[in-house]
Amino acid sequence: MDPIASHAPDFFRDEKGESAKLMGRSLRNRALSTLCVALSLLTLIPLLSIIVLLLQKGLPLLSWRIFTELPPAAGMVGGGFGNAIRGTLVMVGLGLAMSAPIGMLSAIYIIEYGPVTRLAQSVRIVAKLLTGIPSIICGVFAFAIVVATTGGFSAWAGGVALAVLMLPTILLTSEQALLGVQTAYREASYGLGATKFQTIVRVVLPDALPAMMTGVMLAVARGAGETAPLLFTALFSQFWAKSLSEPTASLSVLIYNFSTYPYPHQTQMAWTASLVLVAFVTLANVTAQLVFSKRS
Amino acid sequence: MSQQDSDSQAIADLRLGPDYFHILCWVAAAAAVATLGWIIFEILSGAWPAMHKFGFGFLTSSAWVPNRENFGVFPFIIGTIASSAIAILFAFPLGLAIAIFLSENFLPLPVREAVRFVVEMLAAIPSVVYGLWGIFVVIPLIKIFGTWAVATFHNTWTTVGPDGLETTHGIPVLETLFAPPAYGNSMLTASVVLALMILPTITAISRNSLTAVPKTLREGAYALGATRWEAILGVILPTAAPGVVAATILALGRAMGETMAVAMLIGNSSRLSWSLLSPGGTLAGLLANQFGEADGMQVHSLMFAALILVVITLFVNLIGEAVLRHTQNQTAGIR
Repeated sequence: MDPIASHAPDFFRDEKGESAKLMGRSLRNRALSTLCVALSLLTLIPLLSIIVLLLQKGLPLLSWRIFTELPPAAGMVGGGFGNAIRGTLVMVGLGLAMSAPIGMLSAIYIIEYGPVTRLAQSVRIVAKLLTGIPSIICGVFAFAIVVATTGGFSAWAGGVALAVLMLPTILLTSEQALLGVQTAYREASYGLGATKFQTIVRVVLPDALPAMMTGVMLAVARGAGETAPLLFTALFSQFWAKSLSEPTASLSVLIYNFSTYPYPHQTQMAWTASLVLVAFVTLANVTAQLVFSKRS
Repeated sequence: MSQQDSDSQAIADLRLGPDYFHILCWVAAAAAVATLGWIIFEILSGAWPAMHKFGFGFLTSSAWVPNRENFGVFPFIIGTIASSAIAILFAFPLGLAIAIFLSENFLPLPVREAVRFVVEMLAAIPSVVYGLWGIFVVIPLIKIFGTWAVATFHNTWTTVGPDGLETTHGIPVLETLFAPPAYGNSMLTASVVLALMILPTITAISRNSLTAVPKTLREGAYALGATRWEAILGVILPTAAPGVVAATILALGRAMGETMAVAMLIGNSSRLSWSLLSPGGTLAGLLANQFGEADGMQVHSLMFAALILVVITLFVNLIGEAVLRHTQNQTAGIR
């Protein structure tokens, strides 16, 4: 770059070229700003399109029977997808029951007990890596350890796949939640003679719990929306599941299956299921944000 | 023994006994670490027979014929890389533009907050809903575009040779990239939807690194007489560049692992083609399509494909995380 001094003598000289140059710079500035704003607003279009289609194609079929009846056979009309909604809830619940304790306790370990231990470092790295693992790999894993050993597709397998998927979300948000607890609280607790356990359970956790629940809700939102891990673990079923060890329907797999059917009623049902799913996921996300904002 | 003695004894017991909660937390942490190892072990042992049988040829062979037990994933590896790379091509300029838009004050805060909310919404929409939307909106659009592109880029002009014969020419590179027939379920369709899906990743991380650029740098640039975009392009973006690069790499990792939308839109073909308008396949899509009904050697081969997918995505993510951490350390130094 030129030294500034070389420009200095010419700085106040008003030449014809100078003002044209300024004009050019200003125009370029405007053009880039316009381009940037235009590109940003462009992203509104796909989202609007998705929302409009969800409402336009999904609303007509939305009624109470959707939540209580079984899916219609191919080419038939009527029915609902109550079994899929229940299946999604059951498998998300199973996944949560497996991943939440491990995720939260691991977070407590790496923040409260051994922040600098080798185990804590490994947990952090593994959690980051697990977030990057494709969701379908969770399905492959659950297929290998549940489906291949028990010999059948089941809600259990789906739950295991979702648990692996949810674990990093819960772990990492719990870690952040615990990091957010002020050290002064812990010191005050120790100063009053509390043990480590008492400090964690009575002081740290109550303060961190809302933020930890955010992680849980985000994990629920993520798990409910996933299809790939359930495709070949829980499979699908046209009927109400009688136990946890038989193929189970889920909303997301229903959308996938029905989207490929050539029958208009099934396609429309896929849109209605999408609407229900998006509403549920958004609700979970919004709850997560609201619970989180309460703390700060 | 006095009352006080037994009290202090109880307290001593409380403090000196093994800390069961500590042990419980340790076990949970160990379990979390073991999960990754377990996943890799299970996939590796599932893939072993196929690795033993096909060896390195699995990666370079293009055959996927289950009934003849003949398996190779070369087209799917290429499809995974190509679809993600094209998606990045679309998503990078858009994501960067939004990140700049969100970190600058072009429009009032409420508008920016709205755009930010929209981008976050994009991240919350399930993959399968993107797939459904793609089938009904993107595929018809791509069909129209494809027909137009084929018509425009082929037989664009005619020359008359010295012998008086007419020959028609297309536009050299575009002619190959947009070769007929124009399918709806194509590489291009999958890439467009993928781009939309990874947009939030690029935007969020880029925006973080843009807002992490110290204010003094921007003020310095303005004080030297720079216009807003001279400041952005000359000072702010170069400072935030490693973060933007990390965002792009992490988004690439996400795109490679994305399953449902791609499986629903790409056409799942194992035929290799240079044309963006012809169907393709990805590793994740292959798993989604075939795992449910596979048995015998096909399961092992699919496990092998899963292993390759894990290795590729872990590799990309590790690089992304490393760049990101490096960036955070560097910008921490500027302050």
